[in-house]
Amino acid sequence: MTPALPLALPTAPECAPVLRERGQREVFCGLTGIIWLHRKVQDAFFLVVGSRTCAHLLQSAAGVMVFAEPRFGTAIIEERDLAGMVDCNAELDRIVARLLDRRPDITLLFLVGSCPSEVIKLDLGRAAKRLSAAQNGARRILHYSGSGIETTFTEGEDACLAALVPELPATAPGAAPELMIVGTLPDVVEDQFQRLFAQLGIATVHALPARRADAMPPVGPNTRFLLAQPFLGETARALEDRGAVRLDALFPFGAEGTTDWLHAAARAFGVDEMHFRAVIAPGRERAKRAIAHCRERLVGKTLFFLPDSQLEIPLARFLTQELGMVPLEVGTPYLHRRHLAQELALLPRTTVISEGQDVERQLDRVRAARPDLTICGLGLANPLEAEGLTTKWAIELVFSPIHGFDQAGDLAELFARPLRRRDVLRV
Amino acid sequence: MQLTVWTYEGPPHVGAMRIATAMEGVHYVLHAPQGDTYADLLFTMIERRGKRPPVTYTTFQARDLGKDTADLFQSAARDAYARFAPQALLVGASCTAELIQDDPAGLAEALRLPIPVIALELPSYQRKENWGAAETFYQLVRALADTGARPPREGRRSSVNLLGPTALGFRHRDDVAEITRLLATLGIEVNVTAPLGATPADLARLGDADFNICLYPEIADTACRWLERQFGQKTVRTVPIGHNATRDFIAEVAALADVDPAAALDSSRLPWWSRSVDSTYLTGKRVFIFGDATHAIAAARVARDELGFEVVGLGCYNREFARDLRAAAADHGLEPLITDDYLEVEEAIATLQPELVLGTQMERHIAKRLRIPCAVISAPVHVQDFPARYSPQMGFEGANVLFDTWVHPLVMGLEEHLLTMFRDDFEFSDAAGASHLGHGASAILPGTGRGTGEAGGGGVPQATTSPVAISLHPSPEEANGSPPLAPPASGRGTWSPEAERELLKIPFFVRGKARRNTEKYAAEIGVRAITLDTLYDAKAHYAR
Repeated sequence: MTPALPLALPTAPECAPVLRERGQREVFCGLTGIIWLHRKVQDAFFLVVGSRTCAHLLQSAAGVMVFAEPRFGTAIIEERDLAGMVDCNAELDRIVARLLDRRPDITLLFLVGSCPSEVIKLDLGRAAKRLSAAQNGARRILHYSGSGIETTFTEGEDACLAALVPELPATAPGAAPELMIVGTLPDVVEDQFQRLFAQLGIATVHALPARRADAMPPVGPNTRFLLAQPFLGETARALEDRGAVRLDALFPFGAEGTTDWLHAAARAFGVDEMHFRAVIAPGRERAKRAIAHCRERLVGKTLFFLPDSQLEIPLARFLTQELGMVPLEVGTPYLHRRHLAQELALLPRTTVISEGQDVERQLDRVRAARPDLTICGLGLANPLEAEGLTTKWAIELVFSPIHGFDQAGDLAELFARPLRRRDVLRV
Repeated sequence: MQLTVWTYEGPPHVGAMRIATAMEGVHYVLHAPQGDTYADLLFTMIERRGKRPPVTYTTFQARDLGKDTADLFQSAARDAYARFAPQALLVGASCTAELIQDDPAGLAEALRLPIPVIALELPSYQRKENWGAAETFYQLVRALADTGARPPREGRRSSVNLLGPTALGFRHRDDVAEITRLLATLGIEVNVTAPLGATPADLARLGDADFNICLYPEIADTACRWLERQFGQKTVRTVPIGHNATRDFIAEVAALADVDPAAALDSSRLPWWSRSVDSTYLTGKRVFIFGDATHAIAAARVARDELGFEVVGLGCYNREFARDLRAAAADHGLEPLITDDYLEVEEAIATLQPELVLGTQMERHIAKRLRIPCAVISAPVHVQDFPARYSPQMGFEGANVLFDTWVHPLVMGLEEHLLTMFRDDFEFSDAAGASHLGHGASAILPGTGRGTGEAGGGGVPQATTSPVAISLHPSPEEANGSPPLAPPASGRGTWSPEAERELLKIPFFVRGKARRNTEKYAAEIGVRAITLDTLYDAKAHYAR
């Protein structure tokens, strides 16, 4: 809608200009993060305060998960709640009480703000404090916003983790440095990283979020943290506010990304260089072998990322660096330049980096470029396939284990499969 | 506020999207925050459409709030008009935009676009998806139908409008094909099918038809009533789901069109399939029915009259049609269940212990959890219920489809007979489960240590690896030393081990009923300890 403004970045001159657009955005809101967060933190419940649309969104996004007694739900605001705000708070108290009665196993409750609750300025922060006090310390009740007006898709996790940070216990003053991995990872991946760090000799490695609410890691000036996900800007800032130090690295995708990510920790913890190489060599070799299977199919193929999760830039780097693909445009809903500086530097200068979206204009560019592979959301994938373009639906990249050495082959396979399918079909 | 995990219906603007997506030449500009575009994937994924829904979202963000959102709406509407060149534009607000009180109607009006612009008022905090669809269709019809001169009726074939099919409708695609074919055999031509496949120009011609067929009252009833008033068109209200309803439908249509119904009265295979001896075992099967009111009511009639089932529960989630459902429930001598809370539905099913559940995808999951056979009869549905093959619910072919779909989940008659006769043989042992329930079907309940987890891959019972051992121990439970217990008791009566073991000899598909009856009988006669005698006394008592 507004004309595109190509902007040169003053802070990162080594990176190509960024195309910023504003218009219709075809993205999920931050509520969607609940779907993987609730799997990770096993005694937390996520209560969205919103409308029927929010409930319908979660149901559509969670698919069959909705039937597995999930630890999330929606308190649907009704006409009578809009009549008076006092009533709204009383209603919320009633629903929370009923919910906690039914689910006594819940020790951490998130009140999750939505567009309607934000627009009517329902103060969930105060509600959370009030309800927490009523629980007498038996349970914690926190709040964050996953509304579409404030958050895009994975930013919901950022908002959730950032709300957790002030609640984390403090580390003892003068304690030895500890490592924290920040960002939700599938348990199997988290365990792989824990094993590698143990072999490297880094004694204490915490994860945020932890698997249980009562086991959330301590934080303090001795904390060194590695972001496992690129969408954690607010969480990183909150951790830095508590004195923790971020270790700058590539994100752990593919053999190179994972090596660099582990290396950043190894350097910070004074791990001997030779020892580091010896420890990571087997995993790194396995990753390279696994990736090689797909390389032949993907090398030289052009790529177009539509904005979705902020994973686009590190993934484009992986596909370029390790599989020889050619990124034409890499769209991201939000560009955190500082956290992604190293990633951006590894992308070809010819790549258009775009932040934000005007979906119609962007689709015009997709059609003009006719990339070999377009990575996009499920609302666009089938329509683009019907136009003869091959697509990879992006949401799978958030739900599948893709980090680390032992997932590198699977990650490459996710991109190779649509192209292989295109080749095998004879209909 | 209402605590929800599962909703049977989306918000009303999703209903409006279903109308816009069904039609050609209509575009919908929806004032909505970033994120509401999730609804696109219902159409592109569940219905597998190869085109994006014709919807432009303003996708406003927090920084746009204030004066800016109105400008955003106008530029979105202007751009959508320029890019898509629709014949008519729908404008409206989603739940959040309803709160910020920009006025899509006024804002669109001010653009002075050279096409009809129809403003939708969809109260998101009161109404739901079906209502939104009905209201949108009604507003389109009211705005676009040409109320001018009507052609003379003399000397031409009768023509009708088929009203109600939409995008994301359960089997709407094939129902339209089936009913169109059926009307053709009567020599009746379809003037306009709407909204599915219709353009605004088609809606202008609605008045040309002699009468209307309201295929899906949830969507088309409001519009049909307006057309009755506006054009004096009569409405056919019989929904042709099931063999008998189809015949009634033909009679009603033929009378209105003044044609001989005989041509269309060929028949489905349902009556003979249902009378054939293999279907005898269907008699009195206890069935629970839940869905939208139209499909639930139609299903109840088919279940009772055409398949010989006993309908033990009937309900719907859409309150707009509660009155019709109440009437149908009264006809079956039942308490109607009108709720959009799936937990209430689950409770009703668990209490009634039916032998078959007919419902939506939610009931399918409930039935799976309770290990009851189930078939889907109504939206909301998953992707598998938008099948590639032809599978209408309506008309005679629809009746064939219903017969197959509902009977398949049940144990086949012969299979049931053999299971009872030879249940101590290893192939038919409880542990083998029923073939139709597949892998998860081991009849021994979870928690007894002999569930599918131990049975190994593919639902093959351990026992088959050693048939000799089994033949020496006709009852695997006894061989195991400690008899597994039947389902946790409902708190009524204590089962003696002997009675418990006897209960396990009853085929698993009637065991729940036997347990329930026995406990009920024990409670009635004031006995707490359930013995072997209590079990058989109860059996005799209920055999009356």
